[in-house]
Amino acid sequence: MGAGHTHKLYRHGVSRVHRLPAHVKLVAAFCFVLVVVATPREAVWAFGAYAVLLAAVVGAARVPPGFVLVRLVLEVPFVAFAVLLPFVAEGPRTEVLGLWLSESGLWGAWNVLAKGTIGVAASVLLAATTELRALLLGLQRLRMPALLVQIASFMVRYGDVIADELRRMRIARESRGFTARGPRHWGVLARTAGALFIRSYERGERVHLAMVSRGYTGTMPVADRAGTTAAQWSYAAALPLAALAVCLLGWSLV
Amino acid sequence: MTPPPALEVAGLAYAYPDGHQALFGVDLTVERGERVAVLGPNGAGKTTFVLHLNGILGGGAGTVRVAGLPVEKPNFAEIRRRVGIVFQDPDDQLFMPTVRDDVAFGPAAGGMRGPELEACVQRALARVGMAEYADRPPHHLSFGQRRRVAVATVLAMEPDLLVLDEPSSNLDPAARRELAETVRSLDVTVLMVTHDLPYALELCPRSVILGGGLIVADGPTKELLLDAELLAAYRLEIPFGFDPGRA
Amino acid sequence: MHVPDGFIDAPVSLAAGAVAAGAVAVGLRGARHELAERTAPLAGLVAAFVFAVQMLNFPVAAGTSGHLLGGALAAILVGPWTAVLCIAVVLLMQALLFADGGLTALGVNITLMGVVTVAVSYAVFRALLAVLPRGGGGRGGLGAAAFVAAALSVPASALAFTGLYALGGTADVSLTKVATAMVGVHLLIGLGEAAITTATVASVAAVRPDLIHGAQGLRRPLELRTAAVARPGAGGGGGAGAPGADVPVAAAGGGTGPADGPQAPEAPASGRGPRGRSTRRIWAAGAAASLVLAGIVSFYASSDPDGLEKVAGDEGIAKEEKEHALSDSPLADYGVEDVTNTRLSGGLAGVIGVTATLAVGSGVFVVLRRRTGPGQHSDQGSDQGAGGVSAPPPATRQEG
Repeated sequence: MGAGHTHKLYRHGVSRVHRLPAHVKLVAAFCFVLVVVATPREAVWAFGAYAVLLAAVVGAARVPPGFVLVRLVLEVPFVAFAVLLPFVAEGPRTEVLGLWLSESGLWGAWNVLAKGTIGVAASVLLAATTELRALLLGLQRLRMPALLVQIASFMVRYGDVIADELRRMRIARESRGFTARGPRHWGVLARTAGALFIRSYERGERVHLAMVSRGYTGTMPVADRAGTTAAQWSYAAALPLAALAVCLLGWSLV
Repeated sequence: MTPPPALEVAGLAYAYPDGHQALFGVDLTVERGERVAVLGPNGAGKTTFVLHLNGILGGGAGTVRVAGLPVEKPNFAEIRRRVGIVFQDPDDQLFMPTVRDDVAFGPAAGGMRGPELEACVQRALARVGMAEYADRPPHHLSFGQRRRVAVATVLAMEPDLLVLDEPSSNLDPAARRELAETVRSLDVTVLMVTHDLPYALELCPRSVILGGGLIVADGPTKELLLDAELLAAYRLEIPFGFDPGRA
Repeated sequence: MHVPDGFIDAPVSLAAGAVAAGAVAVGLRGARHELAERTAPLAGLVAAFVFAVQMLNFPVAAGTSGHLLGGALAAILVGPWTAVLCIAVVLLMQALLFADGGLTALGVNITLMGVVTVAVSYAVFRALLAVLPRGGGGRGGLGAAAFVAAALSVPASALAFTGLYALGGTADVSLTKVATAMVGVHLLIGLGEAAITTATVASVAAVRPDLIHGAQGLRRPLELRTAAVARPGAGGGGGAGAPGADVPVAAAGGGTGPADGPQAPEAPASGRGPRGRSTRRIWAAGAAASLVLAGIVSFYASSDPDGLEKVAGDEGIAKEEKEHALSDSPLADYGVEDVTNTRLSGGLAGVIGVTATLAVGSGVFVVLRRRTGPGQHSDQGSDQGAGGVSAPPPATRQEG
């Protein structure tokens, strides 16, 4: 999370998707994922269609497909969960590759895997094409309470600063020959966390002083310039609407 | 009738909520256009003192007046426009996502908008030589650059009294010189809180020593620095090889 | 825990979103009431802290490590309203910037990890503080209350997950299995969380007790002093005389050190007795509750003949730090989480497991407490000094 313009998943580029206002993209991504989640799991082909839709967005955004695929490792933990489902779920069992598995468990695993994967891919795409600052502005335009947006922007601004402090503390510990090896070292680490809290809180107090010194009275000046055109909305709406069509078709066929 | 002094502090005392008392009755008067250094070792109460100048700390004993205006709650908005404080750690001061937003924060909080605001931001950044960095996030600047942007955030509010808290700390020699040039080019009253004696001598004709929460010495910077006994009593030290008599 | 998309069905996800939004709205009001205009910077920095502290790895054994979830810690340190806000913001940014936790599951995640953990831990914490003896300036009670609050908050969140799962789960697994596995695993995680939370709270209490929500600062009357102002410009005599006259002032300045010291030296001595006793009582109560809970839940679960209970918890109990060449930000360490599984078979096994867990957990807790005792003072000065706007460290003042 580099403060300001970029963050870890952000991938700089010039495309219509990059240029779309963040709030439009947020709404589109959310609606898309919601539609995906609402799709019946038996409509296996529908998830293929969703993947194709996302691939089209990847193309339009000129994000290298490999970038998105690599980021999908995020879902490794719940892949593991999905693998377990066929073993623990209820209902009639069937034989797959010599294993006696629950049918509903297999469906459940498929459901979690398919929806989770498409969800992660959509989130990665959103993050890859949206600058941090734009994202915060987008949240604000979506009427997220201003105070919450401020908290988020402070978190973003100081996330790196505090993570840096944490890293320096670790280096200082290790330079003095201390490496945490097990629970008996938790006390030292917890003291690090305690010190980090005090530093963070005191920094928060100092930041507040600096703000008050410059006339802050509780509201941030909003620097929101550009408006949103109907064309941008309709361009962004293409994804969730196409997904909705697929979803409805899925329901009618099941 | 003479105009009131830029800053008048009388009998200022303060204790933190945890019980630690930092100021024990500070008296200080600074005339318009003066550049005064407040010298003192770490822990002498310098930062505490600074936070009283625009009413961030208060509720102890004594009074502070800025150009005749008492630092009291009803006047806070005006006081905070008049008194610009540049804090020690620029990371505390630069809290917005970009340099431009940060410099604009003060004037915008004062109600300025549109092209006027933009011009004000550009002017302030130009005065510290950082105009081309307006769209950069503060986190990506060097320490010296961040310090200069921090000065710009305060200059944008066109203060009458500029307060610099340890301005030379963590600066490399070039950044230090650039900051000195910036400060000298400003036509405002300057109060510089520091333990960097050569810097005080370079920028401020007059100095006071804050020790144990009190002003314990007041005079021309050069003469204070030549008084070895006085400096030693307050843990102030002239760096090796520096001769205040010849500087 | 970070529930992904598709795990809970759409209607329940949306309902959880509404619950989360409501809780955040209440949190906003409460935080504004508590912190006034300081809400944004303070909550923002605390959110950044929670975010950073989740990257602090606590080694468990054999290369696995866990990290703090932080709900209970935030609730105890900054109060429930601000804590809910901070965790909600952390989860929001994790979902948007790191694709961690599904977009549609955001409400579920905020409800489970923000609302439930904060509400449970804070309620337990306050209730225990009210009940426990206030020996050692309340420090002993503080530790015990923090431990139990954090320990319970995690399985409570797991139970809440089971509840949501019952309403909108998409996999056909029996509820009792989910409940057993979730609560079983989370009792263990809860103990780790509790140990770390307690030690962290204790270390904050030792340095800045005023920062712990609800703790009261002490005020002393102001003292006024006078000193001759040296004016070197006015002649040699003044310059020479002043330092002599001022030395006592400097010495008196040093004298305030010990005066505000009592909070520090007093703690280890008088804190020990009452803390030991109250902790034991709480430990016994907690242990009994866990045993009963585990026994009942496991009993039901064991009525299933094929009692294979495995849960892949992406709880972050075991998070592997992966440092790759690409990473330039510390957040690049935000790595892939490991999988933990627990096998419980039958009611007896559940009880035995919990007993062992409790024994290990409380052993860790005892070791931690021993270690947090001395050693702390040497760190204090430097930590606080670096933090610095407020009180300068006593050490430097005494030298003056």
